[in-house]
Amino acid sequence: MMAALLARLGAAALDLSETVGALALFTVRVARAALRPRLDRFETWRILHRVGVESLPIVATTALFAGAIAVIQTGANVIKFRAYDVVGWAFGFSVFREIGPLLVGLMFSGRVGANNTAELGTMQVTEQVDALRALAIDPIGYLVLPRIFAMVSMMTLLAIIGNAFALVGGISTSWAMLGVDPWVFWNSFIEYVTIADFMNGVAKSGAFGAAIGLVSCHFGLAVRGGAIGVGRAVNASVVAAAIGIFVLDYFITWILK
Amino acid sequence: MSVGLIRFAVDEVRGIVELGVRTAHATVRRRPPPGVVLRQAFEIGNRSVFFILVTLGFLGAILNFQTGFQAKRIFGDTSLMGAATLPILVRQLGPTLVGLMVAIRVGTGIAAEIGSMVVTEQVDALRMSNAGPIDYLVKPRVLAGTLMVPVLWVLGTASAWVAGMWITHAAFQTNPETYINFDLVRAADVFEGFVKVVVFGYVIPVIAAHSGLKARGGSEGVGRATTQSVVNASLAVIMLDLVIGGVAFALRFGGGG
Repeated sequence: MMAALLARLGAAALDLSETVGALALFTVRVARAALRPRLDRFETWRILHRVGVESLPIVATTALFAGAIAVIQTGANVIKFRAYDVVGWAFGFSVFREIGPLLVGLMFSGRVGANNTAELGTMQVTEQVDALRALAIDPIGYLVLPRIFAMVSMMTLLAIIGNAFALVGGISTSWAMLGVDPWVFWNSFIEYVTIADFMNGVAKSGAFGAAIGLVSCHFGLAVRGGAIGVGRAVNASVVAAAIGIFVLDYFITWILK
Repeated sequence: MSVGLIRFAVDEVRGIVELGVRTAHATVRRRPPPGVVLRQAFEIGNRSVFFILVTLGFLGAILNFQTGFQAKRIFGDTSLMGAATLPILVRQLGPTLVGLMVAIRVGTGIAAEIGSMVVTEQVDALRMSNAGPIDYLVKPRVLAGTLMVPVLWVLGTASAWVAGMWITHAAFQTNPETYINFDLVRAADVFEGFVKVVVFGYVIPVIAAHSGLKARGGSEGVGRATTQSVVNASLAVIMLDLVIGGVAFALRFGGGG
C-alpha cells in the first residue's frame, strides 16, 4: 500500500521533471535558432494571418464578455457605496491588468495553441517532419520559429484590440445594468487608469503568447502514435499552457507590481 | 467570411443544444449503470484535482496581491482583504476559472477520446450492436461532470483562499487570523456560484462530446475536433457566466433598486 503510493508519487514526479526538462531543452534550441533567424517569408505570412486575423472574432467576443462580467461583478459594491463615479477606474484596473489578459490568454491557448499542436502533431505522425529533415530543413527554424514569432506579436496586438472591445462591453453593461452614464464611466476611466495598467496587461499578453507558442510547438513535435496520440497531445498541451499562463501571471504581477 | 462564421456558430449551437436535450432525455428514460458513471467521475474529478489546485492556487495569490496592492495604496490598510476578495472568488472567479480549467483538461480529453473512437469506426461498431453513442458514451460523462465540477469548485476555491492567505501574510504581513473572515459572503453568493458550476458541469461534457462525435478523417480530424471543443466549451463558460451573473444581479437589484 505504502510502497504503491510512493511508486505512483515517484512516477508522477519523474513524469513532471521529464516534461519540464524537455520543455527547457526545447526553449534553448529555439533561442539558439532565434539568434540567426531565417524566417521563410511565405510560411510566416500564412501563420501570422492564421494566428492573428483568424483569432480576432474569438478574442473580441471574449473581451466583450470579460468587460461585461467585470462590471456586473463589481456592480453590487458600486450600488452599496453609491460609487458610480469610480466604475470606470475599477473596470479599467481589473480588466486591463488581470481579467482581460487572463481570459484572452486562455482563449488564445484554446484556439491557437491547440490548433498548432494538432497541426504539428499531424505532420509528425504522417512523417512530414522527418521529410523536412531529410531535405536538410531544420524543423525548428522552418516550423517553430515563425509560429512563436507570430504568437508573441499577434497576442500583443490582440491584447490591445481586446482592451477596446472590453471597454465597449464595460461601458454598455454599466449603462444598461447600473444606469451609469457612458460619459461618467469614460471620465473616471481616463482620469484614473494609467498607461502603466495598460502596458502591464499588454506585456503579460506577450509573455503568454511566448509560453503558448513554446508549449504548443513542443507537444506537437513530441507526438507519438497516430490519431489517438494527436488527441492526447492536444490535451496535454492546453493543460501545460494553462499552468504556464497562471505561473507567468503570478511572477509578472509580482515583478511589475 | 462573417456570414459563414455566423452560420457556423448557429449550426454549432443548434447541434450542442440538441445533444444536450437528447442526453437529458436519455438520462431520465434509463439511468446508466453506476459503475460506468463512477469511472468517468474518477477521470473527470480525481484526475483534475492537482491541476485545479495549482491553477486556482495561483489565481488566489494573484487576486489577493493585486487587490492588496491597491488597497494599501488607497486605504493604507489590508486588514479587510480576506473578507473582501472571498465573495467574488466564491461567486465569480472560482466558478469561471474552474469551468475554464475543466473545459481545458476534461473537455479536450473527452473530445479526443470520442473523436478517436469515431475515426477508428468504434462508434459505428457500437451502433451496429445497438448501443447508441449517447447512451453509451455521452450520458455517463455528462452525469459525472455534473457531479464532479461542483466538487472541484469547492476544492479550487479553498486552494485559492489558502494561497491568498499565504500571500497576504508574505507580502502585506496580514495576520492569518485577520484574513479568515467570512462576514461578507452571503448565502446568495454561494448559491450563485453553485448554480454556475452545476451548469458548467453539464454543458462542458455535452460540448466536448458534440465536437468529438463530429470528428471526420484521421488524426487531422481528431486534432480539429479537440481544438473546436476547447474553443466552444470555453466560450460557453464565459457566456453562461455572464448570463447567470446578470440574472443573479437583476434578481438582487431588480425593480430599479
